[in-house]
Amino acid sequence: MSETRRAFASVRATARLIAVKDLRIERRGRVLTNQVLPFALIVMVMFAFALDSDAVLERVAPGLVWLATLFSTLFVIARSFAVESSDGALDQLRTSGAPSAGIFLGKALALMVQLLVLVVVLVAAAVVLYRADISWQGGVLLVTTALAATCGLAAVGTLYGGLSAGAKGRETLLPLLVLPVVAPVLIGATRATESAFGTNGIAVGEGWPWLGLLVVFAVLFSVTGAIAFGSLLDE
Amino acid sequence: MAHDLPVELSDAVAVLGAFPVLAGANLTVQRGEIVLLRGPNGAGKTTLLRLCAGLIELERGRGRVLGHDLSTDRWAVRHRVGLLGHANGLYPDLTVTENVAFWGRTVGASDAEIAAALKRMALDGRLAEVQVSRLSAGQRRRTALAALVARRAELWLLDEPHAGLDAAGRDELDEVLRQAARAGATIMVASHELERAGTLATRQVEVVAGQVRDLGATS
Repeated sequence: MSETRRAFASVRATARLIAVKDLRIERRGRVLTNQVLPFALIVMVMFAFALDSDAVLERVAPGLVWLATLFSTLFVIARSFAVESSDGALDQLRTSGAPSAGIFLGKALALMVQLLVLVVVLVAAAVVLYRADISWQGGVLLVTTALAATCGLAAVGTLYGGLSAGAKGRETLLPLLVLPVVAPVLIGATRATESAFGTNGIAVGEGWPWLGLLVVFAVLFSVTGAIAFGSLLDE
Repeated sequence: MAHDLPVELSDAVAVLGAFPVLAGANLTVQRGEIVLLRGPNGAGKTTLLRLCAGLIELERGRGRVLGHDLSTDRWAVRHRVGLLGHANGLYPDLTVTENVAFWGRTVGASDAEIAAALKRMALDGRLAEVQVSRLSAGQRRRTALAALVARRAELWLLDEPHAGLDAAGRDELDEVLRQAARAGATIMVASHELERAGTLATRQVEVVAGQVRDLGATS
């Protein structure tokens, strides 16, 4: 096996190992289902109470879904790195010799799976609470939007989660770092979801260019993260 | 060959921020030794261990760990050493076996190697499937050491390993470390518990103000 192939195999094996470990910890701890999901749903319900108008809610439903997702993402990222720093596992990861790209991709993959679960629940809540309506073409756009947007959020979250993991005041630092960077995801995912929901008569076809933005964002941050994560972990 | 020595430091300087924590440290450790690092708080013991683990840059001087140059090749050092600080580096929500297997797999350890690591630390019985969050401090320490074995660590760098353990746990830990040294591991222990760690160590060094002074072999 060539050196490059061996390196890729090592990254793939590490990514799988880390993702399985993180998802197993989540399954045992149930932080997503018992804390993050209820928080996200409460945010959605509070918006419904605050706006108190069916017409307004139908118009802003896509934005509210992604805003609630963004806020909840911060908790999921924080949890993902809290398990590494609570008993010094981060130092063990640094000295394990495991490729940093594999660690990054594994943690991002586990985050993405959790965020996908979150988005599915929030979209369902939007359909029920805000009476959003989805055609089958809109469904296809919505699924691909959810995949690309959660991939981008997971990549950014892992990158900045790693950066802030050892920092003082990381709980407040993380939102400050992450929220401005993921603004394109909020905008792109909201526009694409508006098209999927047919909000204000917007056609499904108008959502695809926004999906393109999300894909570019996800690829950009996944590649950047895989390259830069080792240096960030070392800081 | 001199290159095969686990640790060779010559006039090593390591800086944290602008402060030189190690200021020209000299130390040579032979394979299979258990070396006690003693000295007051802030003397540089933890920094010395982290330097040997490849986690801190060597600012000046020369340093080789397991044959790798710390100035140019400290990444290669990392996967051959096991650093155990005040924390255990475990995931409390995972079981003993899952933790040891996870760390073993990061270096490609086989199922047999993982089972052997568990057995060597007497964790292959009823404790194997217990979540780490439910273990005593001593059992957690043993699990962390099993993870070092599964990771095939050749140089064990332990910072206050007896902290938080009761008398039985400390005896158990000492026996595990002696066994590991007999099996070929080299062990450096930073400790304030001089009486206990002194009986465990084969040699003692004192770290004071960033310098290392050899106190010789223990009887």
